[in-house]
Amino acid sequence: MNDFIKAQGISFSYHVEEGQQPVSVFEDLDVTIHEGELTAVLGHNGSGKSTFAKHLNAILLPSGGKVYIDGMDTADEEKLYDIRQKVGMVFQNPDNQIVATVVEEDVAFGLENIGVPPKEMRERVDRALMDVGIYEYKKHAPHRLSGGQKQRVAIAGIIAMRPKCIVLDEPTAMLDPRGRREVMETIQKLNREYGITIVLITHYMDEAALCDRIIVMDSGKIILDDTPKKVFSNVRELKTVGLDVPQTSELIYEFLKEGYNLPKDVLTEDECIKAITTLFRRKGIKPAKPEQQTEDCSQEIV
Amino acid sequence: MAVIRTEHLSHVYSEGTPFVKMAIQDVNLSIEEGEMVGVIGHTGSGKSTLIQHLNGLLKPTSGKIYIDGEDMWADKAKLREIRFKVGLVFQYPEYQLFEETVYRDIAFGPKNMGLSEEEVDKRVRQAAAFVNVTEEMMNKSPFELSGGQKRRVAIAGVLAMNPKVLILDEPTAGLDPKGRDRILGQIQEYQQDQKNTVLIVSHSMEDVAKFAKKVLVMNQSKVFMYDDTEKVFEHASEIEQMGLAVPQVTKIFMRLADMGYPVDPHTYTIQAAKQQVLRLFEEQEAKQKKGGM
Repeated sequence: MNDFIKAQGISFSYHVEEGQQPVSVFEDLDVTIHEGELTAVLGHNGSGKSTFAKHLNAILLPSGGKVYIDGMDTADEEKLYDIRQKVGMVFQNPDNQIVATVVEEDVAFGLENIGVPPKEMRERVDRALMDVGIYEYKKHAPHRLSGGQKQRVAIAGIIAMRPKCIVLDEPTAMLDPRGRREVMETIQKLNREYGITIVLITHYMDEAALCDRIIVMDSGKIILDDTPKKVFSNVRELKTVGLDVPQTSELIYEFLKEGYNLPKDVLTEDECIKAITTLFRRKGIKPAKPEQQTEDCSQEIV
Repeated sequence: MAVIRTEHLSHVYSEGTPFVKMAIQDVNLSIEEGEMVGVIGHTGSGKSTLIQHLNGLLKPTSGKIYIDGEDMWADKAKLREIRFKVGLVFQYPEYQLFEETVYRDIAFGPKNMGLSEEEVDKRVRQAAAFVNVTEEMMNKSPFELSGGQKRRVAIAGVLAMNPKVLILDEPTAGLDPKGRDRILGQIQEYQQDQKNTVLIVSHSMEDVAKFAKKVLVMNQSKVFMYDDTEKVFEHASEIEQMGLAVPQVTKIFMRLADMGYPVDPHTYTIQAAKQQVLRLFEEQEAKQKKGGM
């Protein structure tokens, strides 16, 4: 796989007040993200993850080290335009990202800026609206949509630009469970069907569990970088840095603590049920209605 | 005595326009003093409209609201007084900070109530202590603080008014898990100390399961349920259909029960789940010992 994002030894610090010591957000950070990957970045507030995200389309430049996007140095001003077309960003608050009074005009905004011909613009806007499942609302006023719908309009505006990568900074923080689900399904679809590289910054462990890879940041350092299964098996470590794990992982962790022998990398509900029923069987606890046993039970007799 | 009571409360937005919407419909609610209530419902279910009625920000289209036994809209002159009884913390309250120092921001509410300077000072310090706003932060500008700190200052500003009823609209939105637990823990402590009534609007059933004794579920402009947390979670599948997320552990135990295992499908915290399974193991061992004799 191609290294799409390559951050080499990057540092970033900012000045709070004139004459005071700068505050360091991260130092000597190395991150490589491959093309087509769906990566979640976890970390508590202030861990440096949003600052890192802003380095990915040159909103911020590192004070030391280099960030390469598809081989282009973000510090190279001549490449700025190309970099921003390759990496789109979606932020937390959908209301701050919508500029037009009609959904389809909002989605067309970026295309107008880069001078796409009208016919092609029409096609790209329609395609983008269909991809995020909001086509039927194309003539609506954005402020009458739900949070999840608005956030999908923002995503449509980005994908109409045909970026290779989308960076989303807590896109679901202000949404209700239904809106969160809509946005997550859209993100997964864009990744699977179009191979768009996704960097998802989130506080929700269940969203991170849906990604291919999780990077955990704490105090400007990467402390874990692996598949969700592996990352969420570090229950105690994640809790000490102020994060959580999905309830499935936590429940199994509780039984592991009690000394029961179970797989450490349980993540999905199915895996959790399988682990618990295995435990039940070892103890001789049987289901009351064996004829209603589902596949989960029969499969596990290995 | 019920500190909040509503009778046939309804509210219609944009009446007489094409956008007319019945936001809440015939809400009859009675919330006792000292309750810790979780309010859930998806976007558009009417929960925000309802809480805005409880401190008189919205006037009912029809129906009545009684706070502490008094009809809120009976006498306009009394409305201000009633509003002091119900403190409302909005979503993202940190955007409402405006004073030059943290201390003055927290003092703004109690000062407006016309309290003496001493009393204001006492209240500010007490409220600050509840949400762990330190002495060191008091003289800073609120804009120098981190997001989580700002939110705690904003909550302190409402706590300092010592309301009989405290309502918080998604106080944990946008915070990391540790920040969420911290704020919920502090609110819980405050409630236990002051014995007042607290309503917390939340999208997270997992959080609600942790703190709430009672849960109010709003659905399609109506009260779907208002009952003890355990009772409400018995309706987990209906709640899920409303677009709300049921805790994962509840889903797992519902499926295990469905498969015929002797577990309680109404399990909604990790600790309860663990205790239940361990108890089951003990019983089984006892049974096997007996059988072996």
